[in-house]
Parts: sequence; C-alpha cells; structure tokens
Amino acid sequence: MALLQIAEPGQSAAPHQHRLAVGIDLGTTNSLVAAVRSGETATLPDEFGQHSLPSIVRYTQDTVEVGALAAQSSAQDPQNTIVSVKRFMGRSLADIQAGEQSLPYEFAASENGLPLFVTPQGQVNPVQVSAEILRPLIARAEKTLGGELQGVVITVPAYFDDAQRQGTKDAAALLGVKVLRLLNEPTAAAIAYGLDSKQEGVIAIYDLGGGTFDISILRLNRGVFEVLATGGDSALGGDDFDHLLQAHMQQVWQLKNIDPQLSRQLLIESRRVKEALTDAAQTEAKVTLADGKVLAQTVTKAEFDALIAALVKKTIACCRRTLRDAGVSADEVLETVMVGGSTRVPLVREQVEAFFGKPPLTSIDPDRVVAIGAAIQADILVGNKPESDLLLLDVIPLSLGIETMGGLVEKVVSRNTTIPVARAQEFTTFKDGQTAMAFHVVQGERELVDDCRSLARFTLKGIPPLAAGAAHIRVTFQVDADGLLSVTAMEKSTGVQSSIQVKPSFGLSDTEIATMLKDSMKYAKDDIGRRMLAEQQVEAARVLESLQAALAKDGDLLNADERGLIEATMTHVAQVATGDDADAIKHAIETLDEQTQDFAARRMDNSIRVAFKGQSIDNI
Amino acid sequence: MNYFELFKFSPAFDIDTALLAERYRELQRAVHPDKFANDTDQQKLLSVQRTAQVNDGFQTLKDPIRRAEHMLSLRGIELSHETTTVKDTAFLMQQMEWREALEDIRDSADPQASIDELYQSFAQYRAQLTQQLTQLLSSEQPEDALLAADQVRKLKFMAKLHDELTRVEDALLD
Repeated sequence: MALLQIAEPGQSAAPHQHRLAVGIDLGTTNSLVAAVRSGETATLPDEFGQHSLPSIVRYTQDTVEVGALAAQSSAQDPQNTIVSVKRFMGRSLADIQAGEQSLPYEFAASENGLPLFVTPQGQVNPVQVSAEILRPLIARAEKTLGGELQGVVITVPAYFDDAQRQGTKDAAALLGVKVLRLLNEPTAAAIAYGLDSKQEGVIAIYDLGGGTFDISILRLNRGVFEVLATGGDSALGGDDFDHLLQAHMQQVWQLKNIDPQLSRQLLIESRRVKEALTDAAQTEAKVTLADGKVLAQTVTKAEFDALIAALVKKTIACCRRTLRDAGVSADEVLETVMVGGSTRVPLVREQVEAFFGKPPLTSIDPDRVVAIGAAIQADILVGNKPESDLLLLDVIPLSLGIETMGGLVEKVVSRNTTIPVARAQEFTTFKDGQTAMAFHVVQGERELVDDCRSLARFTLKGIPPLAAGAAHIRVTFQVDADGLLSVTAMEKSTGVQSSIQVKPSFGLSDTEIATMLKDSMKYAKDDIGRRMLAEQQVEAARVLESLQAALAKDGDLLNADERGLIEATMTHVAQVATGDDADAIKHAIETLDEQTQDFAARRMDNSIRVAFKGQSIDNI
Repeated sequence: MNYFELFKFSPAFDIDTALLAERYRELQRAVHPDKFANDTDQQKLLSVQRTAQVNDGFQTLKDPIRRAEHMLSLRGIELSHETTTVKDTAFLMQQMEWREALEDIRDSADPQASIDELYQSFAQYRAQLTQQLTQLLSSEQPEDALLAADQVRKLKFMAKLHDELTRVEDALLD
C-alpha cells in the first residue's frame, strides 16, 4: 500500500479547503447557531450582539417576524405568534388538544390529523414554522462566515421519536440546507465538555430545556463517546414550571374565563417570576387587567419549589431508571453535566447534586453548550478535521415494534440499541394467492399498540401469488445514524423486492413535502426547473469530488481496467453536468453509482483490514 | 455472518470482554457513517449497513445468552424463534417457587431485603448454569451442543425472571 501520495500542485487531491459548517440548537424557547473559526468554537451573535434567537414566529398579513421582534407582539397578538413550536413537532392535533394547557391558536387539522396553525398567511404546519426559525440563523451564519454553508448539524432531544426527528430534518430541507447529522442534545453537550477536559469514564448529562427533559449516560474512551442509555420525557420542561406558576397565580387572583391576551401576559409574567427566583428568595408577580386594574402578589422560592417538586422528582426517577438501563450505579458516574436553561432553577441543581452525590458541571453556559458541541461535530463531519479521533455512538431512545394480532406490539428493535441498526423479521401470507400485506410500525415501550406512538403504516405489494404460508417475506427495519427509520422488504423464494408505501402517521407525507417545497420556491420567485437543475449539478459535483478523494486514497484496490472504466464514466458525468438536462445528469450519476458498487464494498472491507492490521486472532 | 470472524476472535464461549470492546471501537472507527459524511450516497448506505452489522455483532458477543445462541446457530442449532421448551421438572418447580416469591414481595415486611435476596439467588443460579454451558460449548460432540441448547433455554427463563424482579423493584420505588 502506498504510504505517501504525491500529487502535482493544483492537480487532483485538491488543496485542503476550509468548508463552512455550523451547529444549530433548534430549541423550544431559544435557538442558537455556532461555528468553529480558527480553532475556536463559539456561538454567533446577530447584528445587535444577541446570541439567542427566541424561538417565536409571528405571522402578520404580509410579514413573518422571528425572534425578539415576534416576542414583542406575543402578548398583543397571541393567536398569530407561535411560541414553543418544537412541542408540536411530530404530534397530532388530538395529542396536543388532549395534553396541553389552553392554547391561544386557531387550529385546523391536516389530512392525517397534523396540527395546522391558522394565520393571516394561511395554514402553516410545525415544520414550516420551524423552518422560519432556522432561516435567520442560517442567514446569520452565512453572513458572519462569509459564504454558503456546506452543511449543518441540528440538535434534537435524545428522546425525540422518529416523527419528531423527521420533522426537524424536513424543516432544514425546506430551506435547501444539507443536514450532515441530527445530533442528540446531550451528546452535543458531552462533546463540548469532553473535548475540553479529556475525560475518560462514565458521565451523565442532565438536560432540562424549555419543553423536554433528557438524561443520557455516556462512556468516554479515547475520543469515542458511547451512549450507554438514554431516557427522558419529551413533554416535560421549564415551560411546565411556567404553566404551574400561571395556574397558581390564576387561582390566587381568582381569575376565571380569561382571554388569550391575559393568559399570555400571565405566562410571560410567570416566566419572569421563575427566573427572578433563581437568585432571589422572593419576588412580586404583577399583571394588568383589561380595565387597567393591577394585580400584585409576592411569590416565595419555597412556594415555587412546592409547585414544581413533583416534576423535578419525576426527572430524578427517570435518572435512576436510565442508570439501571446503562448498567452503572450513581457513584460510578464521574461527572454530571447540566444542560438547558431550566437547570438554572436552584431546586433542580440541588436534587441532581443530591442524587449523583457530586456537584454538577456548569462551567459552559447551559444555554450555549449544545450549539457549541454541534458546531464541533459539524466541523468534523464536513471534513475539516480528517485526523479527528472523535466518534459518537448513539442509541435509539424508544423501542420500535410492529402491530401483531390482537393489537399487541412485537418489538423489532429495543430501546438503547446502538445505531445504526438493522433487524430483519420474517412474515408469511395467511391466504392463498395473497399479494399484499399491511404493516403498522409503532414506537414505545408498552405492550399494547394503543399505548405506543404510531409511526407509520405501510403496505407490501407485489408479493408473488402462492399458497397460504408459502411466501416468506423478509422485512428489514433500518435505523440510520440520525435515528431515522427506513423499511425494505423482499420475498425470499423469488427474490422479488416488494414496494413499500410508508404513510407516516404524524409526519408529513412525501406529497405534502413536495407541495411545501414548491410553495417555498414560489415565494422565493424561483424557477423550479432551474432549481432542479442546480440541485443535480451540485449533486454531480459532490459525487465526483468524493469519488476523486476515494480514488486518491484507495485507488490501489482497483486494477487498471476497473479504474479506467470508472474514470471514463466520471468524465461522462462531468460532461453531462455542464449541460442543462437535469434528468440526464441524474441518470449519469446513477450509472456511476452502479459501476462503483464493488469499489465501495472493497473500500469498506479494506478499511476494516487496516483497522485490525497487525492484530492476530484474539491477540494471544 | 460469523461475528467471531468479524471481530477476529476464535469461536469460544469464554471471551475477553475488554478486548471485545476495544475491537468494537476500532471497527466503528473504520465503518461508522460519520467517517463517510462527505462520501457518495452509495458509500454512506454501505457504511450504515456495515455499522449495523458491527453493532449487532458486538451486542451478540457481549451478551452471554446471545453469544451462546450465536455459537449454536453456527453449529446448525437455531434457538431464536423456536417453540421447544424446558422439560426439566426440577427446574420448572424452582421457577414456580421464585415466581411466587416475586408476588409476595409487596406484602413482605422488608420488600427491599426480599428483592436483594432474590437478586442474589438468581445470580448464583445463573453462574452455575453459565459454568455448565461453558463446558458444554467447548466440546465438539453434537449431543453436548443439544445439552448446551437446554442450558441456554434455562438462562432465558432466568433473564425473564430477572426482568420481572426489576419491574417489581421499579413499582416499589415510583
């Protein structure tokens, strides 16, 4: 094997170029963007010096306001000012109306029961609202870094299910941004801390955000971050503290039948009171009624603690279960990392410290730590640090299963399994000549389908008509490194690959996404055809670039003929890509893909050989 | 797929778990999708598939029951979806006794003490089964493989019992 690659300057193996990539913390309450610049990782401020962008979007007749501007109108125009949209992601309208406090929005339901906010600009879904939050962050990053982004890493709560993850990815897709990875928030925090302190051993990440709670137990070992177990509650956060305070104030003041404006005012005041109680033993809560009357009431830290005690206890019970799932005891945990603004609440810190028996780490700003970790990962994934040792091994937070007879769930992948993961399951037909079969995929830990979250329904078609029980269908469930599920199926005796139509239960269907994409282009007054062409050209350039790098690195795995053939096809792709036929480019890329299949497999095998080089069996 | 080969181990039941974890990390570094984030979609997909294999291999070799099942499967004995059950009556009696003990925990004077006591007896019995299994699996005789399969079935019973005990403990704590 060649130890050294010598290339003429300017020829092949292009001089290493710094690529632009950022990490985005798309939070329930606030969102941030961070980047690595000349070795330093930091969150990027806007032109007013603000790092946090409030995750608030207001729709008016002809504008979309995001962040602080939208926040200003939050109390006056609550119907059209959407806060904490992250809590709606991947949820059905029925879920939301059953679970949440009274919400000021006017809702409509989509075809498959997704919530749609009715705004002066028409109906918008949570994915579109999230895209509005991402838009200024990306613009800020491109302006600060001075160029177009090659990719982003977006963080999600570890406990997010498939529909919630897919929704987050779709939001970025609406803006045409390449998502390098969906990264779990606790893991991102661990990167931010782990790299600084070079810890080895077990650490716990306690992440209490505005709307979600996560606890992750990780083992650090020479740059490898291995998530042992993760647990949490995707509907428990600082917002709930606010709601409890709000309900308390309403009770104290005997307020009944309040309008949305007063309700929002109460909520905003509750948040202020909560934050004030971080440092003060008591504070005064105040609201102004429509008739100008001012209500005031002193709230003590003890009162607040009593209100939230049950919720904090719930998070600690979750920590205990997750430690057990990880197979470690509380005293084996070397460090506890605190993430999320809600970990500033003194009672939370006290309880976490008492449970783990050591003061938690808080040296990195808990509001920024996630974005910083995401930026470090983005910098590595985009290819700026080829020598990096960092590797993240994450897990699936909730079990995946399929519905069987009697509404029971058969688990296919259990929770805390390291991803990527693939599991095959065999099914057989129960009627003569049966050519189709229906499946229902759910996520959750309970035994009954009704107690789990419905992820998708799909139908297998094109099963060869055989006698009952003669057709054996092998269904493979694959979860990728982003925690996203895909399903493939094959009839074993004939080798016929069956087509699968996945209809996400609480996500957007492909058609809905296509329509949204079209709409977003219409607003941008962009020509769809031109956009499609540009996309294929970018794709062609990307494929050629990666292949060139692969040939430079592993070209010795091919003989002269094989290499000649691949290079000829590459030239063809490059040529077609200069033209204006998007379909032709797509086709040429597909041909190249097919031709390099064997090379790809050899590279993978070689990579394993190199990893084990010099190691004999069992090291005896 | 022979996972012993993937991890470069000789196919023995006794396994150096520290070395296994080290090999796992090395394999991950070689195949993980993060190492191919800028590669072609084809290479990425392949990487996802390989990493899934490496993950499954690690979990299989790490867990004694799954490791034993894998060894038996390489010898042509499939245990994963079987319907055969344990016929050893003494063993089944013992299981019933333990199940009754599980049900009595709630009403016992010191539930945590009963729980700890049960954990201990389970662990002892499992150690005993595992020791016999190690011996049976080191033999090349087909009849020993069949006996080993029986030990694995018993270990599965014990794993279920253990899960139920943790559930009872959870219910007490919440």
